[in-house]
Amino acid sequence: MANFILYRLFQSAIVMLIVALISFFLFNFVGDPISNMVGQETTVKDMDELRQRLGLNDPVIVQFGRFIVDALQGDFGISYRLQRPVEELIAERMPATLELVFVSAIIAIGLGVAGGLFTGLKRSHWFSKFILTTSLVGISLPTFIIGILLIYIFAVKLNWLPSFGRGEVVDLKGGWSTGLLTVSGWKAIILPSITLALYQTTLILRIIRSELLEVMRTDFIKFARARGLKSRDINYGHALKNTLVPVITVTGLQIGSLIAFSIVTETVFQWPGMGALFIQAVQFADVPVMSAYLILVALFFVVINLIVDLLYFVVDPRLRAEIKN
Amino acid sequence: MFFKTKRLAIAGIMLGTAATPLAAPVQAENVLRYANVGDAATLDPHALNSLVTLMAGIQMHDALVMRDPTMRKVPGLAESWENIDPNTWQFKLREGVTFHNGNPFNADDVIFSIKRAQADTSQMKGYVNTIKDVKKIDDYTIQIITEKPNPILLDQLVNVFMMDKEWAEEHDVAEPQNFKEKQETYAVRHTNGTGAFKLESRDPDVRTVLVRNEDWWGNETYKHNIDKVVWTPIANDSTRVAALLSGEVDLLTDPPIQDLNRILTSKGLKVDKTAQLRTIFYGFDVKSDELRHSNIKGVNPFKDSKVRQAFYHAIDIEAIKRVVMRGLAVPAGMVIEPPINGYRAEWDENRLAYDPEKSKALLAEAGYPDGFSIQLDCPNNRYQNDEAICQATVGMLAKIGIKTRLNAQPKTQHFSLVTGKETDFYMLGWGIPTMDSGFIFDYLMHSGGSWNASGYGSPELDAKIEEIRGIVDPDERNKIIGEIWTQVQEDIPYLPLHHQMISWAMTRNLDIPIEPNNMPRFYWANLK
Repeated sequence: MANFILYRLFQSAIVMLIVALISFFLFNFVGDPISNMVGQETTVKDMDELRQRLGLNDPVIVQFGRFIVDALQGDFGISYRLQRPVEELIAERMPATLELVFVSAIIAIGLGVAGGLFTGLKRSHWFSKFILTTSLVGISLPTFIIGILLIYIFAVKLNWLPSFGRGEVVDLKGGWSTGLLTVSGWKAIILPSITLALYQTTLILRIIRSELLEVMRTDFIKFARARGLKSRDINYGHALKNTLVPVITVTGLQIGSLIAFSIVTETVFQWPGMGALFIQAVQFADVPVMSAYLILVALFFVVINLIVDLLYFVVDPRLRAEIKN
Repeated sequence: MFFKTKRLAIAGIMLGTAATPLAAPVQAENVLRYANVGDAATLDPHALNSLVTLMAGIQMHDALVMRDPTMRKVPGLAESWENIDPNTWQFKLREGVTFHNGNPFNADDVIFSIKRAQADTSQMKGYVNTIKDVKKIDDYTIQIITEKPNPILLDQLVNVFMMDKEWAEEHDVAEPQNFKEKQETYAVRHTNGTGAFKLESRDPDVRTVLVRNEDWWGNETYKHNIDKVVWTPIANDSTRVAALLSGEVDLLTDPPIQDLNRILTSKGLKVDKTAQLRTIFYGFDVKSDELRHSNIKGVNPFKDSKVRQAFYHAIDIEAIKRVVMRGLAVPAGMVIEPPINGYRAEWDENRLAYDPEKSKALLAEAGYPDGFSIQLDCPNNRYQNDEAICQATVGMLAKIGIKTRLNAQPKTQHFSLVTGKETDFYMLGWGIPTMDSGFIFDYLMHSGGSWNASGYGSPELDAKIEEIRGIVDPDERNKIIGEIWTQVQEDIPYLPLHHQMISWAMTRNLDIPIEPNNMPRFYWANLK
């Protein structure tokens, strides 16, 4: 077990190094940050001087090496755009993104599991058909259209919910700012979290349903029924449990994607999270912010994958047995 | 949410101050909620020369010379000034002015601020680089000595904000941001100006709150009733408009032009428009011996003025105005706008007419009867509908046999092509902060201009451009400016398209003069 974790951690480190390297080479194509950092009146000489000072004239590989050495010491440089240390910026934005992802994940898992169970167990119920049809919308419409649609209905037409921002936030100790303690914060999170959760909800719902249909046809369910077990025990105790392995895999990976793809939702709702920070960094060619963000997202994926692997042991007794042997 | 405060505020105004006990905990105050596409990167008034940074700065800082809503120069922190000799300007400073922290404003602060703007890490150097020395005569009198006579010193000083010497030294920000230090300086998120508003809170990219400075000297002159400004940048166009439509913000200074009709038909909203100080044009590389992306090898067709004229005649500017710009543009015949010194209406009116047949004839005369292929470099997130204008142009050029490959990319990439002078045919927009032609000559018409990607220029023209930098007599100077423009209009190194229009969308309760720099001054505003 310990070996397994160590091995995975080693793998993770390599993955992150490769992510950093690839992103660094890609940054050559985002343009010259200098032209954004200075006004139109700046002379070519001044621009060269600044470029020199930032080390942008060095070969990419030298810049990369310098970045890795600094990053290992927790120093991600200073944002070209906001002129503040990158780690500080990301730490400030992370609570917003994680809260959004947290609420979305709860919506996605709650609605997904409930909907999957219902549609899987009561296949011919009219409501099942209704759920399956409407869930197509969630999977086929792009996120930003859903977001704008929700804004149009709930903010512009009905005037119930705000169209942008995070509402009032409360600063907790340890640098965490939360919007989940104020009414306006909750109001503000409703639309973006639904927007972000819609795709994942649909995905989870459909996976649970198809797994459930599969499991319900297996022999052990038939035998359980023959033994006269209560259908509640069969459905939730035996059937649901046996659908969980693929669901955990997908959900785990989807939480990673929630973080990564919150970029679009955050942009539409002007949600002050890491995704919005990243988009602005791309537009500005703010290399320090982009590299730190990409590495962080890689880290999230790696950690979530590790957790998913460990969860398999919890839900699948066969794996435990394998390790013991 | 802010709109609650706003509602209470409106209720408070309608009912009178102490009308309802419910409103008692919330002071009836006028909150102006403002949204634009992006935040100022820094609040340091000398660290970055960009429109949005200046816009943030001007709410909280004053300059020696300021502008009124018609763009005339009016006294700011200097009550009066005079030109003692060609190289010396004497300014009488306003007495009794204090910074937001209570420190008095005096001659030392002026000297400090100008020196700070001249520092290596300052980006406002371009406005103060002719200043040789600033002398203190007494606490409220200073003299600015320039190296050569500088006819536009006052216009330049409009952009140089005054900071508090003691405050800057106390917080170790005597110089603007230096990226080498790898850390944030105090002035990035804190200010201490003398201006109309004080900074209450600052959360970059999220929310900036300004409160009225009750002690501001200008409260007498500019009778605004804004108690608080809440500025929330909203990057997404649709969301920004939605926030206005739903009543969450009061003012947008950059609504997308395709949404203006939608805004106009909404109850309680209005749109104000004016011509902007920015002209959009195409530049031709007239210097290189061969174009980088063309099937014509060995020669550069753009060196032939007939080819440039042919391109000019091929552009149906009225169609671009009508279809792409929805009427919100003024077709241009020169690359500066009416309020700029040097502008002549006749040049705008004499724009070369749309005439594809003539274009073809000109191309044939130049030796390209079958046209040729080129690449058009274009930004896609800088000017109003920039990419759409370029797309329309591609179609228009096809009609005269020019096969155009459109290379539309974000401004970051586009501008490095222009400043690196690596483009054959490109779109650019230019605005003039000094209100004088000299500015655009230096950057775009002088052969050494840093943004002159066309490579245009000649020793004679360069000499004239350098000459006007030092002529103070307006008549003599304007005569040479006229000569330079006559030459440029004849040579067509730049193909003018249109002067951009600014539109501001706002609630009907708000009065704020729209101005051609696209820089709202909240101290000109009134909320009903």
